Amino acid sequence: MIAAVRKGIVAFGHFWWDFLIGDTPELALATGVIIAAAFLLAGSRWAGAIILPGLATVFLFLSVLRGRRRAPGR
Amino acid sequence: MHTSSTLVLVLAVFAASLVEMVEALTIVVAAGVSRGWRSALEGAAVAAAVLGVLVLAVGIPLIHYVPIDTLRVVVGALLLVLGLSWLRKAILRASGHKDLHDEDKIYADTVAELSSDHDATPAKPDKGRDGVGFAVAFKGVFLEGMEVVLIVISLGAAQNRLGLAALAAGAAVVLVGIVGLLVARQLSEVPENTIKTLVGVMLTSFGVFWVGEGAGVNWPGSDLAIPVLAGFFVVLYFAMTAFMRAKLPAPAVQVEGATP
Repeated sequence: MIAAVRKGIVAFGHFWWDFLIGDTPELALATGVIIAAAFLLAGSRWAGAIILPGLATVFLFLSVLRGRRRAPGR
Repeated sequence: MHTSSTLVLVLAVFAASLVEMVEALTIVVAAGVSRGWRSALEGAAVAAAVLGVLVLAVGIPLIHYVPIDTLRVVVGALLLVLGLSWLRKAILRASGHKDLHDEDKIYADTVAELSSDHDATPAKPDKGRDGVGFAVAFKGVFLEGMEVVLIVISLGAAQNRLGLAALAAGAAVVLVGIVGLLVARQLSEVPENTIKTLVGVMLTSFGVFWVGEGAGVNWPGSDLAIPVLAGFFVVLYFAMTAFMRAKLPAPAVQVEGATP
């Protein structure tokens, strides 16, 4: 019984780790940075509307660059 | 709540459920063909029931007991992680840096793996339930459906429209089920990569919006900012794909035995 519960907890932890971090930890970092920026920009109007999608753009671009196929030896 | 954001909510949930259920159906059909339909359909039905219970058990308490701003930040964060990940894959696929999702290949691989003459697969029992077919179909529907559950709970809870979100997901499941029965193996006809791109755009837009809204950012135009954000991320998708194709093209794949 305890072994089954432990196995379930481990599987649950694995699911969330794969879901949130997986092979793209930069996107988890992006989410953290965007949340922090959103709280810093609380009460703003245009600044938030420009900076938050801007941050998503920067991190997405860096993640795409990181995930691209490279020629062997590069 | 504006009609536009409700429409985007329904579209996002419907499209996300559609692509995930196509993937699940591929596995169920492969399990049905190679191990018998009874076990595969039972596995799929049990998984769908478990997912439905999850939506009710997690979604309803979230709406009633978690403060709406906290909920929106947490939900926005989940949607951002999911959305950015789908959008990243879409850009890499469109620019040739990642293989396109191929349901035919997944189907062929699953059938080969499940066939009784495969070394690691137990033989199919002559009568009664086949545990392997049941487990494979259950796992396929459950794992693919988990993302749908997260999207339904996130979008539904953040907009206080859990029922509508669940209904949109249910409609996609029914549609995929009917189409699956009619066309069986021709799931590769579904423009899955295009739909995935659309879902990535929508989830990212909702994610950015809800994180900002929950943290106290006053979006110009209120909920109308969601379709504007979606438009921005569509343009971004095309711009990044064009940039990758032009400036950083994927290296040609070396074919074994080919002359250089």
